[in-house]
Amino acid sequence: MSAMEPLLQLTGVAKSFTMHLQGGIRLPVVAGVEFAVGAGECVALAGPSGAGKSSVLKMIFGNYRCEAGQIFVRHEDERIDVARADPRAILKLRRTTIGYVSQFLRAVPRVAAIDVVAEPLLASGVPRESARARAGKLLARLNVPERLWGLPPATFSGGEQQRVNIARGFLPALPILLLDEPTASLDAANRAIVMDLITEKKECGTAIASIVHDDDVRTRAADRVIDITRFAATGAK
Amino acid sequence: MSEPDVPLLVAEGMTKYYGRQLGCRDVSFSLYQGEVLAVVGESGSGKTTLLQLLSTQLVPSAGRVRYRLRDGVTRDLADLSEAERRFLFRTDWGYVHQDAALGLRMNVSAGANVGERLMAVGWRHYGRIRGSAVQWLDRVEIDTDRIDDPPLTYSGGMRQRLQIARNLVTQPRLVFMDEPTGGLDVSVQARLLDLLRGLVTELGLAAVIVTHDLAVARLLSHRIMVMKGGEVIEAGLTDQVLDDPREPYTQLLVSSILPA
Repeated sequence: MSAMEPLLQLTGVAKSFTMHLQGGIRLPVVAGVEFAVGAGECVALAGPSGAGKSSVLKMIFGNYRCEAGQIFVRHEDERIDVARADPRAILKLRRTTIGYVSQFLRAVPRVAAIDVVAEPLLASGVPRESARARAGKLLARLNVPERLWGLPPATFSGGEQQRVNIARGFLPALPILLLDEPTASLDAANRAIVMDLITEKKECGTAIASIVHDDDVRTRAADRVIDITRFAATGAK
Repeated sequence: MSEPDVPLLVAEGMTKYYGRQLGCRDVSFSLYQGEVLAVVGESGSGKTTLLQLLSTQLVPSAGRVRYRLRDGVTRDLADLSEAERRFLFRTDWGYVHQDAALGLRMNVSAGANVGERLMAVGWRHYGRIRGSAVQWLDRVEIDTDRIDDPPLTYSGGMRQRLQIARNLVTQPRLVFMDEPTGGLDVSVQARLLDLLRGLVTELGLAAVIVTHDLAVARLLSHRIMVMKGGEVIEAGLTDQVLDDPREPYTQLLVSSILPA
């Protein structure tokens, strides 16, 4: 396997939704999506709301089904097609290979913020104490006050929840990172910290696919911009 | 975490007719150690029938279940002797009923409820049995001062937590759960779910959880099977099936959840 081979590669990826409760109408989203992301590279998916950017990230993470095409990720010494991987393989990829910062934190009742952040590390076998210590360090860096760490994030402000979510996604060192609007509800100071985190990830060789609306962040973080409207499925409005 | 590539349980073509009435038809899946499978669907969809078939409480009309025993040998459950099956139930399996009264002895103390399972696997030392019971009550967040009270005096949530302690004390590898949070207040449910989530992860349990509550499935399970009219109509990774449902019935289930 060549070192230059991309960590993430999409070919001919298509997605549509069939809404059975609305008379079976079919909503085409994207078709023929092609792009690749190499180690240490950050690409930004661009296009207006509804163009299918989040859907593409969700397909890469295995959260949405991929209707056609292939989504290859390099996993250890293998190349795995997420579009065809079984649930166990996808769960394993999420532990070892693909990280994802979703647009909104899906909070679990009663779980403290610090444990929400530490959880992916625990799942990959890091002992609880060191996982929590590392989680705390990153939360502190993202200016989440220590008095909040022991509380469940459901009651936090939007910006605080997002920083918990970012910490959770950035903490494990995974080769591929998907970012869906990581800076949307952050102030300038915290946005700058997230920019630094992205730069550090790139320096470690992480391949990043991101959605960022903020032009400044996009210009500084992204090496390439991929216009998703190029892959608009025919029949879409 | 060790993750053997041999499944713990394999169900093949599980089918049950009650006379001419279909219970469930042709259900097949593999379950691995540490994996939680949710079976969802409305009343009458066949999910409880399936759970009883898997746990050998019902005899299938067709199909079989193979299970990897602690010695590493995979056996057809229908070939086990009654004694072997009972032993499996007392040691390697747990079964959490929706109605805790079915899974507990309501008139004996909480400590004895937990200790009984240990005695069934040969524990004899009173002090050690009691010590283990205290530990487990604490782990399921029951005040250990209540160890000598019978579950009859417990609230619904406490009974359910006691039932879980009774099941887990023998360190089973597989737990069947039938609507474990059914009939509980929402706040009590949240506490129980959180507890179950923690225990399943820490102990690396495999579980089959029957529930009509998609939030329970989302929180606890890795994989999901949606049943309707006795058949599995959609199955896959839990978040994928719930966020991108394909079948009309699954779309209906998902869209019927009220936002919190």
